[in-house]
This record gives sequence, C-alpha cells and structure tokens, in this order.
Amino acid sequence: MSKKVPELNSASSADIAFLLLSYFLMTTTMNQDSGLQRRLPPMPAKDQEVQDQKVNRRNIIIVRINAQDRLFAGNEPMDVSRLKDKIKEFLLNPNDDPKLPEKEVKEIEGFGQYPVSKGVISLQNDRGTSYQAYIAVQNEIVKAINEIREDFCRANYGKAYENLTEEQQEIVREAVPQLISEAEPKDVSQN
Amino acid sequence: MAKFGRGGKKEVPAFTTASMSDIVFMLLFFFMVTTNMRETESKVMYKLPEASEVAKLERKDLAAYISIGPPAKYLQQQYGTAPRIQLNDSFRTTDDIRDFIAAERESKSEADRQFMTVSIKADSETNMGIITDVKQELRKCSALKIMYAARKAQ
Repeated sequence: MSKKVPELNSASSADIAFLLLSYFLMTTTMNQDSGLQRRLPPMPAKDQEVQDQKVNRRNIIIVRINAQDRLFAGNEPMDVSRLKDKIKEFLLNPNDDPKLPEKEVKEIEGFGQYPVSKGVISLQNDRGTSYQAYIAVQNEIVKAINEIREDFCRANYGKAYENLTEEQQEIVREAVPQLISEAEPKDVSQN
Repeated sequence: MAKFGRGGKKEVPAFTTASMSDIVFMLLFFFMVTTNMRETESKVMYKLPEASEVAKLERKDLAAYISIGPPAKYLQQQYGTAPRIQLNDSFRTTDDIRDFIAAERESKSEADRQFMTVSIKADSETNMGIITDVKQELRKCSALKIMYAARKAQ
C-alpha cells in the first residue's frame, strides 16, 4: 500500500548554484586595499603667516626628488637603494654626532625613559616627479623606520613587532615615531 | 565471449548529481564571504605603484576613493589621454573634491567621521603635480588621513 515518494531530481540544482556563483564572481571584487598611510599637515589658516618652524637645522633632513626623478638627501645626490641606510643613520645617530638630530629623553608610559630622536624627514617633490618614484622614496623611508622599530622590539621584548600586544606596539610607536613631513608644494625644478 | 557478454542487461548506475550543488554552494559562499561588491565602474586606468611596506586598510567602510590616471581606452577618443580625476562615477576636477569629501563625510556615522581615510589610487605614471593639487585640496577640507594605494611588491 505504501507508495514510494518519487525521488526529487536534483540534477538542475547544480546549474542554479553555478548561475549564482557566476553572478557573484562577476559583480564582486577581491582586491585588498593596501597602501602607505599618511597624515597630511593641517592647512594653515589664511590670516596666519607661514611661520618659520622652530626646527633645529640638525634635526631635519630634506629628501628631495626633482622632475627627472633624481633623489637628493641632505643635499647630496643619492640612489634610492642607499636612502634607507641614510635615514636609519639619521634617526638613530649612534655616535651622538652633533650634525645629526638630537635626542630627547622622554618618559614613555609603561616603559620608562627612552631617548627619542627629534629627527624629522622632510619630503619635497616637484610637479614633474613621477608618482612611481615618489612612492618608491616613501616606501624606503617607511622601511627604514620599520627596521628601527623592529630592532627596538627585538632588543626590548625579544619579539617581532606584529607579535606584540596593542599596548606594546603603542610604546614602540612612541619610542620610534614616524615623522615625515610632506612639505608645502615647492618648485624644485631648478635643481 | 561469455565473459564479456555477461551483464549486458545491467545498466550503468545513474551518476548522482545531488552532491554537486552542495559543492557549488560551498564555492558560492566562499566567494560571497571573501569578496565585496564593486561599487563604481572605473573610468580611469591605473596601475598602482609597487611598495614593500604596505599596510592594509583597516576599515574599508570608512574609505573614500579618489582615482587618478589616464581615461580608459574606450573613453580616450572623447577625453584624451591626459590624467584625470575620478570621483564616484565621473571625471571631476580638483574643485569638486570639496563637495565629494563633504558628501562622503555625510554618509559615515558621526562617531566614525574622524577615522575616514581617503585612498588615492593613482597610476604610477602620473606626475606628482595633479596629486599635489589633490593633496592640497584635501588639506583644505581637512581630510587629513590619506593612503597612497600601492601593490605589495613580491
């Protein structure tokens, strides 16, 4: 008496699923957004004169890229590959050279006192500089700072930066700040 | 002879396709989770520059995108090949950035507005002139958090 329930033909359900799949493949993107994050300086108010920044001469390194994509760091021509070491030397100032930036002993919460470099990297470019060259230089500077941070982490925590806790990373960022100033646009083509 | 002839009446059992849809659905869910909807059509061509120290954008929903590059192939007849700025769906000039940023700010929730990041997706061949103009404009509307979009170098 009991009638057997006919089996549901599921052959076409795969087709339906494939159709949906192709729809999503076409309308979505997979690209990860990645890049170099920066903070621009706020615009000075109109009535306010662009005052001379009270940055000591020794505390600033000018990295300049001209319209021919040539790089000058601290007034000497330089290849991009050598920039990283130059920046590291500038920020670390291992021998307390009076020409290189001074250090200020700062109290860092949760860590104690640490001599923080006051060095500022000023990045200047021309309107004719290619974006590629500009990013390459930005990348080298970030690389230099990241390596210093990495050394700091190894020396103090014995761990890589990404393995530290949020608070520890905060301390590292404070001890080795990323001070890059993207200066007001200037015409540096004459160099 | 008999050996091969045996079972001539037996049919090949039907290939069961019931599990195939499960597999495809699994794929479907994978793509649904890992991808995100394409919001705007890109009208400019850009090949992002390479960099090794890239960081991921943490909050994608708080990003505003400015694309800079030469117009796409099919638009070059009309617009030429000089680099252009694309905001949302159309070519704009630097003067429109202010309105664009204001509109983007408006679309984010009050608490998150300060974390809004402007991602500049520029072609590696463009000159800094146009990018400097964009940066200056962004400074004027105090959208100071920016990101230079770049590909991770191998």
